[in-house]
Amino acid sequence: MERRTLLGRLIWQLGEVVATQPETARTKSITLNLPGWSGHRAGQHVDVRLTAEDGYQAQRSYSIASSPEEAPRVTLTVERLDDGEVSPYLTEELRVGDKLELRGPIGGYFVWEAEMGGPLLLVAGGSGIVPLMAMLRHRSAAESTVATRLLYSSRSLEDVIYRDELDRLMKRSTMLEVAQTLTRAHPPGWTGYSRRIDLQMLREVAWPVAQRPLTFICGPTPFVETAAAILVELGHEPARIKTERFGPTGEKHDGE
Amino acid sequence: MENKLDGNAAAGNLEEIFPFEMTLAQATCAGCGANDVIGAAASYMHGMGTIIRCNRCDAALIRVAHIRGRYLLDMRGVCVLQIKEG
Repeated sequence: MERRTLLGRLIWQLGEVVATQPETARTKSITLNLPGWSGHRAGQHVDVRLTAEDGYQAQRSYSIASSPEEAPRVTLTVERLDDGEVSPYLTEELRVGDKLELRGPIGGYFVWEAEMGGPLLLVAGGSGIVPLMAMLRHRSAAESTVATRLLYSSRSLEDVIYRDELDRLMKRSTMLEVAQTLTRAHPPGWTGYSRRIDLQMLREVAWPVAQRPLTFICGPTPFVETAAAILVELGHEPARIKTERFGPTGEKHDGE
Repeated sequence: MENKLDGNAAAGNLEEIFPFEMTLAQATCAGCGANDVIGAAASYMHGMGTIIRCNRCDAALIRVAHIRGRYLLDMRGVCVLQIKEG
């Protein structure tokens, strides 16, 4: 047992910001170059640590948005929370060339790799799309043809993260279907769903139970619990439904 | 503020202590006997530490705190922990 090498995995390392990209009014993608990166799997997260001049430290977890194929570059997509301690700095202050302290990759449970197969059902609420986007980007980079459906719930069209890229991915792969629902505001001519996720919506979007899909759900806690409970009610196996919750003020995934 | 999260959210805390991917370790609940991976359990994280609870009976499986340079680990809620090598 090579205990030392295993223990050495979770060390703080400095990444250099090589690109930033606004995604929506509240979210920004930050791409870091990490020369010491050991690689990651789609769905994993990192801890980010900020240290103030007086030594005060704040630490938060953020999902990795980029595919493993992009290593040693790693992209995080961060949602700014107005009363947050970390996210306003990451989304407003951080510039290309700055260094950021992080450790990871973390978590081996909420992970999808192309060889795990499918069909795949991804259900995202708000910035819960981030780890699922890593899976979609990995699926595309690995040229996987696993049949995949994404159900993505946002407040309005302006809040949809990765909107153009999702369209591109869908055009590239006939085996990828994206269903969107907007819960608050809908533009004229909107053809997607216009309500919170419910049984009828998941009945329409989810794969038939007999196909035994692998399901990943990520979003705010009530969203995740609703989606998971409905899928179980529809007869899906709980063991094939993996969830990643984040709370409004939690320490996890874009929620501070 | 305490939020219900998934065991996966505690992966970083556990990885500070254990040299294994603990979210894939199987915990048997000492309370109800349910057996599931830690990633699928419920976790509650706040400033005082992290509590991982059984998804079936809500018993506290693992409590982790980090105080003054020490990790405090209370695992009385787990009767068997199976960890996969490597």
